[in-house]
Amino acid sequence: MKTALKIAWRFLTASKGQSLLIAIGIAVGVSVQVFIGSLIGGLQVELVDNAIGRNTQITITARDRGDYVENYQEVAGTLEEAGLGVKRVSPVLDASGFLRVGQDDYPIQLRGFASSNADSIYRLTEALVSGALPESGQVALGINLAQEAGIEAMDTVTLATPRGNTRDVSVSGIYDLKTAALNSRWVLTDIALVQAAFGYGDVASAIEMQAEDPFQADQIAVEMAGLLPQSLKVDDWKAQNEQLLSGLNGQSVSSLMIQVFVLVSVVLAIASVLAISVMQKSKQLGILKAMGIRDGSASVIFLAEGFLLGIAGAILGVALGLGLTYAFTRFALNPDGTPVVALLVDPQFIAISALVAVLSATLASLIPARRSARLDPMEVIKNG
Amino acid sequence: MDNIISLKGINKIYGSEIKTQVLTDVNLDIANQSFTSIIGASGSGKSTLLNIIGTLDRPTSGSVIINGTQTTRMTRSALARLRNETIGFVFQFHYLLPEFTALENVLMPARIRDGRVTPEAMERARELMRLMGIERVQNNNAAKMSGGQQQRTSIARALINNPRIVLADEPTGNLDSDSTEVVYDILRDINERFKTTFLIITHDRRIAQKADRIIEIRDGRIFLDLPNQLAKNIGEQSA
Ligand SMILES: Nc1ncnc2c1ncn2[C@@H]1O[C@H](COP(=O)(O)OP(=O)(O)OP(=O)(O)O)[C@@H](O)[C@H]1O
Ligand SMILES: [Mg+2]
Repeated sequence: MKTALKIAWRFLTASKGQSLLIAIGIAVGVSVQVFIGSLIGGLQVELVDNAIGRNTQITITARDRGDYVENYQEVAGTLEEAGLGVKRVSPVLDASGFLRVGQDDYPIQLRGFASSNADSIYRLTEALVSGALPESGQVALGINLAQEAGIEAMDTVTLATPRGNTRDVSVSGIYDLKTAALNSRWVLTDIALVQAAFGYGDVASAIEMQAEDPFQADQIAVEMAGLLPQSLKVDDWKAQNEQLLSGLNGQSVSSLMIQVFVLVSVVLAIASVLAISVMQKSKQLGILKAMGIRDGSASVIFLAEGFLLGIAGAILGVALGLGLTYAFTRFALNPDGTPVVALLVDPQFIAISALVAVLSATLASLIPARRSARLDPMEVIKNG
Repeated sequence: MDNIISLKGINKIYGSEIKTQVLTDVNLDIANQSFTSIIGASGSGKSTLLNIIGTLDRPTSGSVIINGTQTTRMTRSALARLRNETIGFVFQFHYLLPEFTALENVLMPARIRDGRVTPEAMERARELMRLMGIERVQNNNAAKMSGGQQQRTSIARALINNPRIVLADEPTGNLDSDSTEVVYDILRDINERFKTTFLIITHDRRIAQKADRIIEIRDGRIFLDLPNQLAKNIGEQSA
């Protein structure tokens, strides 16, 4: 075994150029894998963050339309303590109404939040373009609505309910949630104001929250439904966003396909180069067999060559892939200087890529290893 | 005296379409600790015979008994072990491993046997290389030595595991006549000191005279088989 390793090492170092070439071949494969993996990983994280990270992921509402969640504080309290893997539990009372500016009525959705958790879910502080978040009795407007109606922070506006009740409130600030539909409809305030303005009791229309792992949201929702009274129902983002989910899946699958093809080409390249190398070394193998090396050890020589080339290629490839990734985040920039895609460097993924390269290089050397085991010394020891 | 090598009814036929019979009905017993030379014209079948004895080649029919064991029924790995531990080869075209130095080549059979280089093997290798007069080039790459140096290296390699049998195919073909004599004296000395059996192919009748026994192959048959009294006498006189 040690003898076979020693011979393998010497064969590799004796033809340095060739060995280096194979290692570089493997390295290119590994680096493409690392880079594509980081790119697609980064894209996924960004997409998931944009699409579901700044939104409610699990929402509790009354089962019957038009009903409300009565004891929302209590329910929110139990959910936070139940250890279901949810965070930022935020009761909200939604009501449709109008924003009256002079002669004009703008349709709005008044959202009364009961907790500062709403700020965390929707990243409101981050979204502010002017002013501050609403204190009690104040509202914050979306940027589209504010521009359309010509309103600025610190102005006073009139809220009108469908029944015709009105109430003057001051605008604490203007936000931009990057979605025109929300920016022109949502008016954010505290729950007490909505309850008072619309004549509700102490109720909420929904309890919103996020999951620690957004992709577990559907399972958490099922579990949660079991804990809650029949009158409440639980929805999760996955059930409502099948297109997004299939998009994410499509990305994962295409990433996997790319990796499989890279892998296959690496394996084929190593197998063919090592096969040539067995032919080149058949004289040496014949001599070694005449001197009594076992068929098993003779095949270990080539397995070891594949393994060593795999390791060299993996190390080189990870370095190259990380370099490529780094260069990409440094040089592929948006006009504002942020990277086009924030790449996700996942050490576990990189370790797996490297391991797979080593394994496939070893696997690829199985064919030449078998040939070397079968080689008959008389093919080489020709008579004069 | 017991026989360390025994060939019974060996035939060797090459080719399946056009058959060439290279060896015909060869029966041969080689005594333990003997020093035998094989002579014969080019193409007469000497190397073929030696390769069959060394279990590198298989006869078309007949049996090869080495050290009392019938080799035709042994497994490949048992044969490998037999070659490694019992037989030392010196090939006609010396066949060194070009990726290794002379010393590493000499050590290779020991490394195959032990899985590593033991201090004893290292000492023996140095001793053999000194005997062969190649200690100065021991760290040279094997491919970058002269033909004679390569030949001496492959003789040292054949002797490293202290085999019971040494099979040598024109081991001094690349040496001048003085060096040839020196090498033969060394081999004879090893034959006596370690009781190693030698079977040596040579073209050189003068060298063949130094053996205990001379076998001449002609057209794949044993044509002459002479105990060499002269050599014996000289041996006894000098003893
Ligand atoms: N693999 C082979 N296939 C067919 N014929 C072969 C093969 N190997 C050897 N021969 C033939 O067998 C005969 C004997 O060859 P061998 O090498 O044993 O001769 P030799 O006595 O060693 O000759 P030399 O003194 O030139 O080394 C030759 O005619 C050779 O052509
Ligand atoms: Mg020959």
